[in-house]
Amino acid sequence: MIKETVFELASPYRNDLRVTGYSFGKGAKAACIVGAMRGNEVQQLYVCSQLVQTLGDLEKRGAITGNNRILVIPSINHQAMNVGKRFWASDDSDINRLFPGDSQGETTQRIAAGILDQVQGYSYGIQLASFYMPGDFIPHVRLMDTGHQNASLGTLFGLGYVLLRTPRPYDTTTLNYNWQLQNTHAFSIYTNETDRIDPHSAKEAVASILRFLTRMGILKYHSHGGYISHILKETDLHTVTSGTSGIFRRMVGPGDEARYGDVLAEVIHPYEGHVIHRIFSPTDGLVFFAHRNPLVMENEGVFKLIKRLHS
Amino acid sequence: MVENVVSIGLFVDERMEIKKNRFVGTEGTGKAKRICIATGIHGDELEGQYVCWELARRIRADISRLKGIVDIYPALNPLGIDAGTRGIPMFDLDMNRIFPGSEDGAVAEHVAAKIIADMEGADLCVDIHSSSPHMRELPQVRLSQATAKQLLPHARLLHMDLVWIHASASTSHATLSHSLNQRGVPTLVVEMGGGMRITRSYGDQLVDGLFHLMAEQGIWGCPVPPFPDPVIATDSHVRKVRADVPGLFLPVAGHNTRLKAGEPLGKIVDALTGEVVSTLSSPCDGLLFTLREYPVVYPGSLLARILGGEGR
Repeated sequence: MIKETVFELASPYRNDLRVTGYSFGKGAKAACIVGAMRGNEVQQLYVCSQLVQTLGDLEKRGAITGNNRILVIPSINHQAMNVGKRFWASDDSDINRLFPGDSQGETTQRIAAGILDQVQGYSYGIQLASFYMPGDFIPHVRLMDTGHQNASLGTLFGLGYVLLRTPRPYDTTTLNYNWQLQNTHAFSIYTNETDRIDPHSAKEAVASILRFLTRMGILKYHSHGGYISHILKETDLHTVTSGTSGIFRRMVGPGDEARYGDVLAEVIHPYEGHVIHRIFSPTDGLVFFAHRNPLVMENEGVFKLIKRLHS
Repeated sequence: MVENVVSIGLFVDERMEIKKNRFVGTEGTGKAKRICIATGIHGDELEGQYVCWELARRIRADISRLKGIVDIYPALNPLGIDAGTRGIPMFDLDMNRIFPGSEDGAVAEHVAAKIIADMEGADLCVDIHSSSPHMRELPQVRLSQATAKQLLPHARLLHMDLVWIHASASTSHATLSHSLNQRGVPTLVVEMGGGMRITRSYGDQLVDGLFHLMAEQGIWGCPVPPFPDPVIATDSHVRKVRADVPGLFLPVAGHNTRLKAGEPLGKIVDALTGEVVSTLSSPCDGLLFTLREYPVVYPGSLLARILGGEGR
């Protein structure tokens, strides 16, 4: 294992930003794993820390096959994490909306460009990602439908689902999208936590990455087979919204089956305590995403159900 | 008449309401031309608040001159304005990166779709922004290259100092202006002043321009006195000066002044050691139209923009 600073930026009033990378194995750029890019991505940091530990052990045991180098960058924006911010603290910009960056541009554009310079050229790129809506997902792999993606490769992680996302304009500035444009097969792994650590889904994420690296011939590692993944498109997901606002009481969580007409959640009057609204399942399906905030707004998307597969 | 464009129940006993004020002129609502004046999409940009107030005040004071329809949307992100945050507070989202939105999407996307639906069909829209709270900008219209041919005649009328035609970034495709232009509503983006403040002279300048634009469109029935033509600039005319080291930026040149190449612009100092760590000068002859006001800088922080080349 080689630990090195892969990017550095001078700061006026605090320690300089040092982005640390851990390299395992030697030779061709095989796989790169990137963790926390936002200050609240503690689970993503934790997953990478566990991965660094495991890969270190595997390397000592000679489990990394010849001419394969793996780079793990556990955190990019820990300066935000250290001050309780989600985005770059001095200007509130989101580094994962600034790729490919600009080495002569604004501060966070320079960070994005510097990181992309370090992570480009790998055959496989894996980002531990987070979602902006507060809620829990079934752990899954997500790929951008750029025309460069290979969804079947995503199934080799052995997670339950591979979601193919049609990129929106703002997606074009993410690391995942720009990796793909540079011919790296890029995947985002979503676990069911962001700002808290869920050891179970973190372990599942680490296992899925090791499984993928093994199946691609980068590791010699005895991994369990995992799931036979279903490939989903966004149109396979049915969004269920709340008809009113109030206190949110969830009846089902990710992975639960729902029948048409089942009560998925109740909304309680915030002052008077009685149920003012019930949210029913509009279809037979499986809960893929569930809102977690104890409060809910009117018209807020609170569930995403996988339809058809289980209907 | 004040109407709700969107109304969403917030968590506890409150609604987020995005309002517009519609002024209808003598031609009624049938075939009359309609202009939308929108601002407050970034909650920390307040220059447009004054513009909306002054525009509404002048229309009310002289309502008989109004022929068409003027829709004023002062606060597209009302909770952001209230909280003093650029984005929508509870989502940590830049609202100007989610257009055109989606009726059945997440709340923010639903709100964006409602705004677009309300503005669709208008004959013109002006989306008013301030610079960030870190900077000060001369009043300017920004047009993408793709829309410049169609929008430049309108932009010239807004009494702004500058019209900057720029190469559009991919993220601009998710903005209100791009989405409206795509839907056939010619939409101009104004940038001026700075965040978290109001520069009344710039506001008055823009309000005069809005009346000029409305007069040309037949929405306002009053001739407008002559005004100087704006400078038309492209990216090649604009030189940016960025910090090369971290520290405190102390400008020596004044905003809206003409500089010679090599003339001092400012310095970056280290408050701890008392050293001057970098000295900066103008890279060209030109007009200092953007100047940093917030002193703390990182490498890459924008310090100034200078309009060279054909700049006045």
